[in-house]
Amino acid sequence: MHRFANPTRFLKIARPLTGWLFWAGLFLLVAGALCGLFVTPADYLQGDTVRILYIHVPAAWLGMGGWTGIAVAAIMQLVWRHPLAAVGGRAIAAPGALFTALCLMTGSIWGRPTWGTWWEWDGRMTSMLVLFFLYLGYIALAEASAKQGQQGGVSSVTAIFALVGAINIPIINRSVVWWNSLHQGPSITLRGSSIDGSLLWPLGLTLLGFTLLFAAIVLMRMRAILARNKVEARMQRMARG
Amino acid sequence: MKAKHQRLVLALVALMALIGAGLLAVSALKDEAAYFYTPNDVRIKGVAPGKSIRLGGMVVKGSIKRAADGVTIRFDVTDGKATVPATFSGIAPDLFKEGSGVVAEGAFDGSGAFVATNLLAKHDERYMPRELEGMRYDESTHEMKAER
Repeated sequence: MHRFANPTRFLKIARPLTGWLFWAGLFLLVAGALCGLFVTPADYLQGDTVRILYIHVPAAWLGMGGWTGIAVAAIMQLVWRHPLAAVGGRAIAAPGALFTALCLMTGSIWGRPTWGTWWEWDGRMTSMLVLFFLYLGYIALAEASAKQGQQGGVSSVTAIFALVGAINIPIINRSVVWWNSLHQGPSITLRGSSIDGSLLWPLGLTLLGFTLLFAAIVLMRMRAILARNKVEARMQRMARG
Repeated sequence: MKAKHQRLVLALVALMALIGAGLLAVSALKDEAAYFYTPNDVRIKGVAPGKSIRLGGMVVKGSIKRAADGVTIRFDVTDGKATVPATFSGIAPDLFKEGSGVVAEGAFDGSGAFVATNLLAKHDERYMPRELEGMRYDESTHEMKAER
């Protein structure tokens, strides 16, 4: 990992990788969404409402995956003092929050016709909303410490906040198992899938597509933060000189 | 011990403590965070008549009966261990069906029947095309099979 401690070496790889990830992700996403909208059959009970799953599930996955990434970056920052960890954590926060919000919104739109309600305070929905607020808190802390000129832009307090917040991730995952909830239990487990194969396959496309797109956005944001840091450092040198 | 290792140990200890605290909090929440009571919970714990609760379970097959006024329905809610009769006046969601999940908001009357003021349909984790309707997901083999 420390091979990439040098931003120049990181940028050398990140620059071409961004484009590949972006276009491959966009292609898979559009293909998966079109197949999910027009090719797959409707569900026997929900009808066409089921199709929102091709957006909802990747959004939930990236909302939770994003925070996991922030937590890993926080450990790397606190333990190994990796110079890119703070940049990575900051870069993940905004798209992570966006996907969490997308998950909440698509879930709400699905819930109205299926359950008969836009919103209920059950374990899954509440813990996902808490994740969204955690993202907002992290963004506020990280941007505040960046303004104070912390190295890479994330203070230790922000990193510790990220680790404390990570306890919510297993809670979200298990919420439908531990508690009676309105949200259905997990469809896809290690033992198999209770979503029929004819409905399932476009989900693989959108899941991979959204994930690659997410990675591309994170790389773009990391490059932007690094560039901004460079400009600021140069300005300071000029002001001193 | 190098400073790096010290920080690693510190971070691991802090993480363990955090996970421990989280698990304790979650297990203490076990009952409070439940979204609804099952009929068996009601039988074991007892719910005072008039207390607002949510009751969740499966609608017993063949139990939905429409009253003469046209808007009131009667049905039985079960979790396999206990069954509770319920009534509801109003518009039920589309997915409210016999043999599928329901969450009813309301309270028990004096006679042990549940009077619902709102119905929510609970969807299960099975998704399949219409051609497969009537087939059942087998939990042990993970295959779709014709029902009986």
